[in-house]
Amino acid sequence: MADLSFLREMARKLRVEILKMLTKAGSGHTGGSLSAVDIVTALYFYKMRHDPKNPKWEGRDRFVLSKGHAAPLLYAVLALCGYFDLSVLQTLRQINSPLQGHPCCKSLPGIEVSTGSLGQGLSVANGLALGLKLNRSLSRVYCLLGDGEIQEGQVWEAAMTASHYKLDNLCAIIDNNDLQIDGACREVMNIYPIDEKFKAFGWHVIKIDGHNMEEIITALDEAEQIMNKPSLILAKTIKGKGVSIFEGKAKYHGVAPTSEELEIALKELNNGKN
Amino acid sequence: MGKTECTLSMSKVSLKDFFGKDMATRDAYGHILVELGKNNPHIVVLDADLSCSTKTALFAKNFPERFFNMGIAEQDMMGTAAGLALSGKIPFASTFAIFATGRAWEQIRQTICYSNANVKIVATHGGITVGEDGATHQALEDVALMRVIPTMTVIVPADAYETAQCIVSASEYYGPVYIRLGRAKVPSILPEEYNFKIGKAYIFKMGKEVNIIANGIMLAEALKASEILNKDGISTGVINFSTVKPLDEESLLEIAKSSKLIITAEEHSVIGGLGSAVSEFLSENYPVKIKRIGVKDTFGCSGSWKELLKHYGLTAENIVKVVRENLK
Ligand SMILES: Cc1ncc(C[n+]2csc(CCOP(=O)(O)OP(=O)(O)O)c2C)c(N)n1
Ligand SMILES: [Mg+2]
Repeated sequence: MADLSFLREMARKLRVEILKMLTKAGSGHTGGSLSAVDIVTALYFYKMRHDPKNPKWEGRDRFVLSKGHAAPLLYAVLALCGYFDLSVLQTLRQINSPLQGHPCCKSLPGIEVSTGSLGQGLSVANGLALGLKLNRSLSRVYCLLGDGEIQEGQVWEAAMTASHYKLDNLCAIIDNNDLQIDGACREVMNIYPIDEKFKAFGWHVIKIDGHNMEEIITALDEAEQIMNKPSLILAKTIKGKGVSIFEGKAKYHGVAPTSEELEIALKELNNGKN
Repeated sequence: MGKTECTLSMSKVSLKDFFGKDMATRDAYGHILVELGKNNPHIVVLDADLSCSTKTALFAKNFPERFFNMGIAEQDMMGTAAGLALSGKIPFASTFAIFATGRAWEQIRQTICYSNANVKIVATHGGITVGEDGATHQALEDVALMRVIPTMTVIVPADAYETAQCIVSASEYYGPVYIRLGRAKVPSILPEEYNFKIGKAYIFKMGKEVNIIANGIMLAEALKASEILNKDGISTGVINFSTVKPLDEESLLEIAKSSKLIITAEEHSVIGGLGSAVSEFLSENYPVKIKRIGVKDTFGCSGSWKELLKHYGLTAENIVKVVRENLK
């Protein structure tokens, strides 16, 4: 069984690193990085088989960050796992940094594919899953999407493909924080019901609270047991989760914290301590 | 993951079988793919509901477990191909040129090329020789669209023999490649000793006054035109530039030094294709008078492919006319 308190502590650390690197960079995506912290923590510190010392290890599980703007989250978790030194995080978005504004697989080990243009990652995850099956590999593929992102038509092409080819080695996760840039998803372009849509496309759908570590872990375990169809974890989340002043605010989608905001945030995350 | 060991050797694949054959380049593709499939288990093929037209159906019949019909969903096809490549496969993704490069351009740029995924996009029905289906199905911009993307290699073979060779070369090369094929049956042009190399132009004959730089279906027209011009006493050469990117700059310089006039000829818009590539390089490095023959910034239309070539001036006669008008 998973050590929940360890995972919660890693999630907390991850939030701290994300906020620090974003503040240093002066730009980047705060809200959508924070909303998926608990999910990504469970993936990297509980579920996925991977080797930070050997990022290209054949037997690894693959993670595709389809919502590439949450790059700070991916960079922070890779650093905390030991793929590279934590200090590298401070170079986010700077010239010549391997930490590009959106993930670039050619410049940073541990990134499976370059992302940033929304709507494309699930297709790549499908291709990885197909390739792994052809290679008779037992590795699994995880793909994290935004909820606004699923407005892209290609996501539904890919949803069809995953089910058509019975990709039971694939698990997609939707970070359902209910916000996109211009406001609430249901107001910008209604995406609901998400669960019914995926069920109709032939997926196994698991609905969870995306900040409840126990639920996340149980869902990831359940997805692994499903045969002959892909699984979707529809994770209800809060954009900006963990920092009250950012929570649920569309405004913090694409802006970095100011140093004052960082101070307030770190205080909250450190439980009043410094 | 990453680089896949390719054990295929040219000799095992009977490339010579394609020599001297008058056949559509897409047919050559269909046959050579099956040969590749036999020799290399990493070859996988994707299509978007056009496998009978692109001829990938042959591969599908022989290797059903390595063929993925993606339905009418070109964007998803390119992304899936990238994923397959990143798991160590060598995917060939095929559909019509306009849908491959137009509908899925951003997927090719962002997901395939920016990740340097080892995907081979082999598009058929390039150019106006698509014929009766008309403008919606005639890609006249595909070479331009692919050429601007960093890391992309762009190849437009002229006949069945060259097609078979460039497909094999693409499978042995690591990185994204775009190969443009045609619908119509085309004559055999390249000699038996021809050896395709990515990025290497083939000089049929170097002219002392005029040199025609062509690829695809226009290579045959260039050769006919040069015969007429040489008979007229105008020393005219013909060079096959099947690789548009990377451009064979060394050969281009050599050609320019031996030319009073250079003609480029392609079954593509005069904007952005071979003519543009040649003009860009030579205007910076060795300015020579250049005239570009191609479709002049207009859409195609319906008609038989032979009529269409005449209609748009993609003929030996027009090349001769343009040379005479400009050689002074
Ligand atoms: C194809 C594409 N269009 C537009 C954008 C710009 N963009 C970046 S993030 C974003 C909103 C994403 O919302 P959502 O998927 O809900 O992400 P999250 O809320 O998790 O941050 C947009 C429109 C993009 N990156 N890609
Ligand atoms: Mg959202």
